[in-house]
Amino acid sequence: MALLEIRNLHLYMRSFEGDAHVLNGIDLTLERGRIHGLVGETGCGKSLTGLSISRLVPSPPARYAAGSIRFDGRDLMEASEAEMRALRGRRIGMIFQDPTTNLNPAFRVGEQMIDVALHAGQVDSGILGLGPDASRAERRAAACRLVVEMLGKVGIRDAAARVDDYPHQFSGGMRQRVLIAMALIGRPDLLIADEPTTALDVTVQAQILRLIRDLVDEFQLGVLLITHNLGVVAQVCSQVSVMYAGSTVEDGPTRAVFRAPRHPYTKALLAALPREGLARGELKGLAGSVPSLLTPPRGCRFAPRCVHAIDTCRERRPIAEEIQAGHTVACLRAAEPVA
Amino acid sequence: MKLLAIESVRKVYRSTARSAEVVALDGVSLMIERGECFGLVGESGSGKSTLSRLILNLEAPSSGRIAYDGRDLTSLGQEEMRRLRARMQIVFQDPYASLNPRMTVHDLVAEPLAIHPEAGYRDRGRRTVRVGELLGTVGLKPEHMWRYPHEFSGGQRQRVCIARALALNPEFLILDEPTSALDVSVQAQILNMLLELQTRLGLTYLFISHDLGVVRYVAHRVALIHNGRIVEEGPVGQVFSAPKSDYARTLISASPELALQALLAP
Repeated sequence: MALLEIRNLHLYMRSFEGDAHVLNGIDLTLERGRIHGLVGETGCGKSLTGLSISRLVPSPPARYAAGSIRFDGRDLMEASEAEMRALRGRRIGMIFQDPTTNLNPAFRVGEQMIDVALHAGQVDSGILGLGPDASRAERRAAACRLVVEMLGKVGIRDAAARVDDYPHQFSGGMRQRVLIAMALIGRPDLLIADEPTTALDVTVQAQILRLIRDLVDEFQLGVLLITHNLGVVAQVCSQVSVMYAGSTVEDGPTRAVFRAPRHPYTKALLAALPREGLARGELKGLAGSVPSLLTPPRGCRFAPRCVHAIDTCRERRPIAEEIQAGHTVACLRAAEPVA
Repeated sequence: MKLLAIESVRKVYRSTARSAEVVALDGVSLMIERGECFGLVGESGSGKSTLSRLILNLEAPSSGRIAYDGRDLTSLGQEEMRRLRARMQIVFQDPYASLNPRMTVHDLVAEPLAIHPEAGYRDRGRRTVRVGELLGTVGLKPEHMWRYPHEFSGGQRQRVCIARALALNPEFLILDEPTSALDVSVQAQILNMLLELQTRLGLTYLFISHDLGVVRYVAHRVALIHNGRIVEEGPVGQVFSAPKSDYARTLISASPELALQALLAP
């Protein structure tokens, strides 16, 4: 059984101008021990997909019209808020782009992490290594030990002393490590990492990505890595899903999707990246712009910008089909010989 | 012919609170030739932005010399510098932050024309005509003139910034991470436009970026800056295929863009 299985997820967002159909049938399967990239450009719905998994999209304005999100066999769309609260910060960990706004500047880093550890300990006392009848002081001491251990795991040197520091005393890369450590306290099975390295320098980014990969190997986590950077996907993800205007258009092993893309959008995205041997001026931009999600195209959402679009494309929404083992494409013309 | 000569420039910031010194630039020397696109790559805190501030003479170097078209910037009076500044312009990373939200695109693009009356646009009507031309140059429509920045996408806003930078017919542009805030497909459009403008208008670029893939695409020569020092410099192909310094090797092996290119390579 897959760790995470999203099927046909449809999400509408109410706005002053009407209902925007922001997720249009998302399909995604994530296995344990894998890093699955979710890529797409601004506004394609990748972050909303991530937030939907931990049910953090406030409803209203959100309205889920259809679909299921199965986490370890259980449909999270049916889960109560209390059940979700027990999962968040425990079996589902999250890290976000900006490590600065996700730490409270007024509290010591250790204190903030101990809170998380105590919360996780309430749900599962095994996390603190204590029995259910441990005293408050025992729980706190155990939480403190756990925090130091986790900070050490993510490569923060002299962790026992750094717990007394405030967030501003850490660099950007170190703060992101703190947030990763915090997310790992609850021993998550699933880590949702939303642009975790976007605010960081290239060399620090490489360290953080390596850290995530090591943790995946050590704990057999499943990671959903949300990013706009195809390069980051190439570096660490074994699987990738490409999103466009609220739909997953292509999905498969990273190497296959990037080397032999079958959806015209994936092709266009890759062609828009500078590559070796390309003469100045030869880069191919993508003409047109993303459709309004208030009045999305009736058929394929990429059809208005697609050079291969035929009349049927404008009428019928393409369903994802497997063209090769594990490689699916949502394009009516995917089965035709490659144009 | 060289347009910009930076010779052993050092910039030290003194913190009054703690009498600590921060050496932002430590003996930087660079030559930028007329008509080339010179790439400058460095991580945050490496001194890239300090260098561009010194080139624009917004700050003076602690020691060393910066000569623009043969004239030492530190020797120029205020009026001379004001005139010289019309010839060098800058485009910043964040098109959301660098356009005043309360000004129309017309006023934003016409502002440099109004500030520099010697450019010959004293008359408001003539300025409007010029704004229309400039918007055409960057691929926007004349009717965009009366809109406000919030009505545009990130890519369009960056086009407005470029139009504004081109208003006074400069010869030298500092492009400080001009596409880092943009999506890939929009980035491609802006990069191609910048390259086309460079050829058509005979511009010289200093292209600052952390994206090695982009730098390899646009730059002729590249310098890597680290902790205020230039650690490597040379033709872009040479630096990327046969880096000499450890830092260059580290940067190249860490670069996601180059990792992707390697994955895509036949």
